[in-house]
Amino acid sequence: MATGAVLPRLLGAGVRAAPRGRAAQRGRTLGSAAAAAAREPERDSDRSARILSEPLKHSDFFNVKELFSVRSLFNARVHLGHKAGCRHRFMEPYIFGSRLGQDIIDLEQTATHLQLALNFTAHVAFRGGIILFVSRARQFSHLIESTARSCGEYAHTRYFKGGLLTNAPLLLGAQVRLPDLIIFLHTLNNVFEPHVAVRDAAKMSIPTVGVVDTNCNPCLITYPVPGNDDSPPAVQLFCQLFQTAVTRAKEKRRQLEALYRLQGAPGPHPADPAAPGAPSPGAQAQLGVGHSP
Amino acid sequence: MAGHAPCSAPLPGSLADPAPICAGAVCRPCPIALRPAPPAPNMAAPSVSCGAAVPYRLFLAGRVSFAREQGLWKAAASGLQTGTRCQILRLKHSPAVTTKKNVAALRRESYTVDFIKKQIEEFNIGKRHLANMMGEDPETFTQEDVDRAITYLFPSGLFEKRARPIMKHPEEIFPKQRAVQWGEDGRPFHFLFYTGKQSYYSLMHEAYGKVLHAEERQDQLRAKGLFSEKSKSKDPIGSRWLIKEELEEMLVEKLSDQDYAQFIRLLERLSALPCDAAEEEFVGRFRRTVTVQSKKHLIEPLQYDEQGMAFSTGQGKRKTANAEAVVYGHGSGKIEINGVDYLLYFPVTQDREQLMFPFHFLDRLGKHDVTCTVSGGGRSSQAGAIRLAMSRALCSFITEDEVEWMRQAGLLTTDPRVRERKKPGQEGARRKFTWKKR
Repeated sequence: MATGAVLPRLLGAGVRAAPRGRAAQRGRTLGSAAAAAAREPERDSDRSARILSEPLKHSDFFNVKELFSVRSLFNARVHLGHKAGCRHRFMEPYIFGSRLGQDIIDLEQTATHLQLALNFTAHVAFRGGIILFVSRARQFSHLIESTARSCGEYAHTRYFKGGLLTNAPLLLGAQVRLPDLIIFLHTLNNVFEPHVAVRDAAKMSIPTVGVVDTNCNPCLITYPVPGNDDSPPAVQLFCQLFQTAVTRAKEKRRQLEALYRLQGAPGPHPADPAAPGAPSPGAQAQLGVGHSP
Repeated sequence: MAGHAPCSAPLPGSLADPAPICAGAVCRPCPIALRPAPPAPNMAAPSVSCGAAVPYRLFLAGRVSFAREQGLWKAAASGLQTGTRCQILRLKHSPAVTTKKNVAALRRESYTVDFIKKQIEEFNIGKRHLANMMGEDPETFTQEDVDRAITYLFPSGLFEKRARPIMKHPEEIFPKQRAVQWGEDGRPFHFLFYTGKQSYYSLMHEAYGKVLHAEERQDQLRAKGLFSEKSKSKDPIGSRWLIKEELEEMLVEKLSDQDYAQFIRLLERLSALPCDAAEEEFVGRFRRTVTVQSKKHLIEPLQYDEQGMAFSTGQGKRKTANAEAVVYGHGSGKIEINGVDYLLYFPVTQDREQLMFPFHFLDRLGKHDVTCTVSGGGRSSQAGAIRLAMSRALCSFITEDEVEWMRQAGLLTTDPRVRERKKPGQEGARRKFTWKKR
């Protein structure tokens, strides 16, 4: 799974894993006041390690599948591509066919890719990663910036300065933290060339999610989502989906942290591997965010 | 006085100790002091130390973009921050200065909060020393007094006002800077941080949001049929848009001309739509009132002499000529200059035309008598000086509109042109020596 490959980078982003050896040594000196104080940070790191590992045990922890369906994608006109003359060679696997010269995107594949992308986005948001929404379409700039602001993440829908990602310490500040995920709602810029951030993110090992239309190049994007990026309903749908995924993930994180804090030192036993995100039966009722059997 | 010995004047903070202060604290070419403190062995200790300490607090006012000055600033700061008895200020060359690549980094020289605080402390102490030197009360020593004291102590003939020595609060000298833009976990505070120009783009975002909102409201009104074309009556001549420098100062960010133009265009678009109170307030933040120029000009009231004749005085200057004119309310157009009739004083017609111009402009050619005195300058500049003096005196006799017309005609403005000095290596002010190929 791609999440496994990205895990070490995200671990470095903000959370330190508890060193197991030292924790065991401290556990031997139970009973003294000093040891009790030393146990607190050990418990914290243990707790955070458990919180972070919890979503990774389930395939769809955040239940992103229920946020959309093929029918809702169709209604939002996500399947409409450009004319056959604009078609990019590498988009051919994702194209269902062509009707009256207009390419139609295969929504079954779109659904699979979108589920992967939303799941990944939710995981990144859960782990407190920085998400950057990038687009260069003036028509949707305001919408995307508002979406990013409402879910507490970041947006860049303006002129992209040359070394923003590759030369960030000079442009943004000495100790700046780069985005952990970049979401492209439009992969092309205003002159129909691939956005510079696609290549730069690949250079800086930043995973990307991107809505790729039939005239786009899906090569350098980690999680491409074949779909229409020109119609307003389609873009609104994608914005809404990403926003919901991010907010859900953050909410889940808050809930888990509160839960673990209430429960105390020993971590929760995964009572039911099939039921995602519910460590104890008593608390299961509280976590009512879309548990599908 | 040893020109090479380090000047051992102590820092202001260490004045408490009674250690003997080096008499004649002559600094080596100090990058900021314009004049070394004069050697005065007989002067009382405090004043000598003040004389040495004060120069360090003098700032050469300059624009932020002068990287060299900032290099000097770094030197000054490093010299002062050592905290020891003052040494010769050596220019400390940091690696950033020498390599060509990091010019951009040097340009954005950042001052830490501690440094600015220290500068403020030193400024306050220096202000008190200055008050003592001038014999004033340090408690009630205002900025105007400081400016006056500095112009008295360091008279400068430089034309550029910004190149003269000043002593101002560090807040006015060091450019405003941004604090760190992200929290402990590294997440930036502002959602547009990664664009690079977060304040400007968030302002654009906000303005565009308001435009969309206003257009939506307009559509709703049109759909209901309640829409009426309303003419904007609130931005004629009384106000103007912010200029680019003011906007940069407001946002604490550098802008390009295109950015500024885009922003003004968006605001114009917003103000063209029917706005509600919140939007008008938003637009009002970016408008500045323009003062009508003629309002600044004070019009003297008429004075009356023993016979009951109304008169008014005015003064004028042109090049090196100074003139004072007394214009009487009723008369026959007689002009007397230094006791001599104008026909005799100014044989040349051109000069007499200059004198007639203000009256001719106001259609009052034979209606006033003038007595004036003039000194300095040549024939033409004396005529110009008298003309200005007469126009100023005439302001008391005429209406405000006529004063505005005179101002627009250029009758009330002192001509700022003075003789340009001759430069070395050239024959005159501009004329170069004849170029010989061989």
